[in-house]
Amino acid sequence: MTATAIEHGREHEHAADDHHHTGDVDLPTYLEFTRRNRLGMWLFFASEAFLFLALLVTRFYLWRGPHGEVVRPELDQFAGLVVTAVLLLSSYFMNRAEVSIANDKRTDFLASLLITAALGTAFLVGVVVWEWGMFPSIVKGHLKPTDGVFGAVVFGMTGMHALHVLSGVVLILNVWWLGRKGHFSSERHWGVEACAIYWHYVDLVWIFFYPAIYLIGSTIEAPH
Amino acid sequence: MSLFTLGIARGLLGQVLGMVIGMLLTCAVRILLGWEAWAAEPAWTVGSVCSIIGFLLGVGSLDDWLKWTKGIPTPMHHGPPVDKPAWTRYFSVDYNHKVIGVQYTVWGILLLMVGGTVAMIFRTELARSGLQFLGLDLYNSFIGMHGMIMIFAILLGVGGMGNYLVPLMIGAEDMAFPRLNALGFWFNVPGSILLLLSLFIGGWDAGWTAYPPLSARGPIGYQLFFLGVFAIGLSSIVGSLNLLVTILRMRPPGMSLFRMPIFCWAVFATSLLQLTATQLIGTSFLMVSVQRALGMGFFDPRGILGEVSPMVGGGDPVLFQHLFWFYSHPAVYIFVLPGLGIVSELLPVFSRKPLFGYKWIALSSMAIAILGFIVWGHHMFVSGYNDILRIPFMYATLLVAIPTGVKFFSWLGTMWGGKIHFDTPMLFVLGAISVFLIGGLSGPILATVPTDFPLHDSYFIVGHFHATMFGGFVFPFFAALYYWFPKVTGRMYNEKLGKIHFFIMTPAFWVQTLGQMGVGVMGMRRRIADYDPTLGGGQIENWQMAVTIAGFAIAFGVMLMLWNFFQHAEVGVAAGDNPWRSRSPEWQIPSPIPEHSFPAPVRVVGEPYDYGLADSGYVTTASTGDD
Repeated sequence: MTATAIEHGREHEHAADDHHHTGDVDLPTYLEFTRRNRLGMWLFFASEAFLFLALLVTRFYLWRGPHGEVVRPELDQFAGLVVTAVLLLSSYFMNRAEVSIANDKRTDFLASLLITAALGTAFLVGVVVWEWGMFPSIVKGHLKPTDGVFGAVVFGMTGMHALHVLSGVVLILNVWWLGRKGHFSSERHWGVEACAIYWHYVDLVWIFFYPAIYLIGSTIEAPH
Repeated sequence: MSLFTLGIARGLLGQVLGMVIGMLLTCAVRILLGWEAWAAEPAWTVGSVCSIIGFLLGVGSLDDWLKWTKGIPTPMHHGPPVDKPAWTRYFSVDYNHKVIGVQYTVWGILLLMVGGTVAMIFRTELARSGLQFLGLDLYNSFIGMHGMIMIFAILLGVGGMGNYLVPLMIGAEDMAFPRLNALGFWFNVPGSILLLLSLFIGGWDAGWTAYPPLSARGPIGYQLFFLGVFAIGLSSIVGSLNLLVTILRMRPPGMSLFRMPIFCWAVFATSLLQLTATQLIGTSFLMVSVQRALGMGFFDPRGILGEVSPMVGGGDPVLFQHLFWFYSHPAVYIFVLPGLGIVSELLPVFSRKPLFGYKWIALSSMAIAILGFIVWGHHMFVSGYNDILRIPFMYATLLVAIPTGVKFFSWLGTMWGGKIHFDTPMLFVLGAISVFLIGGLSGPILATVPTDFPLHDSYFIVGHFHATMFGGFVFPFFAALYYWFPKVTGRMYNEKLGKIHFFIMTPAFWVQTLGQMGVGVMGMRRRIADYDPTLGGGQIENWQMAVTIAGFAIAFGVMLMLWNFFQHAEVGVAAGDNPWRSRSPEWQIPSPIPEHSFPAPVRVVGEPYDYGLADSGYVTTASTGDD
């Protein structure tokens, strides 16, 4: 999806090759293409919001104690705090990348992209190794997916979010690679913009997910 | 010319290869983990995911994006393929919205026929009590299959109308994102193939609603069913996104939102629902899928340690119903809103009068769409959810009657005193209104809690539902097929055959829907293969037989229509550019429409529905000049 939106931004470059337009037709400008792409991107976010809302609803529906009170499982608070901080920090560098290309500072642009991708990867490793305990020899996890609704919802929410982070990292690396080949300019960089707002969006989702999973409600010991 | 110059043949090959690769991958991972190599469910699930990707790669709908990730420019190609016959473009990836619209429509009609055939099979079984030739499991798979295939078919029909008509109606060159448009269509093909394939690896016997816990324990077919729905859902989401951007950003100067052809409003409202609500059916099915695959107990009441835990109540199947109906109720508005838009679009043309209350019709579509988000709970009156929820859901549901009533009175106002022409499309529009009225009037009975209790899950609701689907989608869709057939092909269908089709299908449908409601009141349960012949004072078998005969009459009528189209697409009488004397932009250009629809930018010079106002027009294109 994001790839779609990004790449449509580049249609302008080839619009001049289209010879179907008769002389009196103005080709849509790069600005017009970008406006369409931007609207498409935000509609995509609106759509995705319903996916994440469904997961939030599931969390508040299922995590209830015996008297209907909101509960949450005992998780590693330090791990949650660290990965959240890492992800929020990455958004700063994503923004720096976008501002840099808009000001034609290519070195900063490429470096910021790499830092963002690295922080995103750090977040993924933090979730998968530290929180999930996928590699018990390194860190032993707290929950398994099969641990009732706690396991189901924690893995469901973090898993869906991690998929989005993963796709974001792939996109950032793609943009970095194209950027290295001199693909974007200070005026024309819809690809960078799309990647950036996608990244911020995934960040924003985590800002809702983190308290829902780690902070809200009283803890209940998973009976292990 | 080899078969593999056709994109669809390459796609199918890719789907088979993807399936095999996915299965091998699963086996390899299992061997690495030290497990037994073959396990049917994971193998089929991973295989199916890979098969969808395999199809999309094979058909070539991802080619341009893959090039873009490498920074290779891909100029837009217009027109039929240069080195192949022109008809091959309909079987391959093509970016022209008119081709994609036809692809959607034809694939939709094919699925409509498959779904109809399945219905005929179990309808024949129901004509008499007792089980004659279907087993219980197969019956269950068939009713679910009929439901889901028809939903796919309707979504494809909606996509076909939207893709073909919206850019033409707003005078745009194409959709906003042509490549995404093609991808949106091609998702449907592997998706529907997976759905059909699922019948052969166990089927899925808990109905199209896939309620857990049955679906969480049912056959492997469920995983393929879920993946098929994901594919169609992705198509819905990207297709509606595309239509929304097209409508919002590509109208010509002067065409304000309230000066669009009214069908565009219907598509706009439908697209808003499709864009957002579709995520919920995906989420709910994904949760069941991972519950099956990974043991994540979203809907498993056993909870932690395999027992109903005193501390945490475990999963809850009712949650599934909430998530599922949050899409599946708006889904019926997704199906009917474009159909009702077709009714509003065609009535002024055949009544030669302005559309009565344009703004009210436009806003009523939006009102139905918004209300669609807050009525899902009326499917759950007997689910055991919190009693307090029933009353708000009842009132919200009854509110839907208001915007729907606005539409009915606008339609009557449009026809009132008009010079009505009873051509086949108009007949189907009138049929749609009559049938939708039956569906609409039986709605409040089911929306009201006390009357819903005895009727819930009875055949009464089947009758209600089919009346809304036929009135809201099938009849208007057929009207649209007859109406735009001359624009798509340049030829006229046979009017007499069209009228015969109408006069067979409409009374037959009345018998079917009222008959279904009748057997429901007698006590016939929904989704049950057999019934007690003494119900209804021993009359129920006669009613069932009447419904079955009516069903076959409808099927005959549909075959007649398809034969009519098939016969006249090449050799019919030339239809001319504007046989219906419509003011809409697509009728001001030649039939069939050339590759680039409009020779010059469309200019809006009047109101869309000023029929009967002398010397006025809606738009000008270069071909009509400034007359």
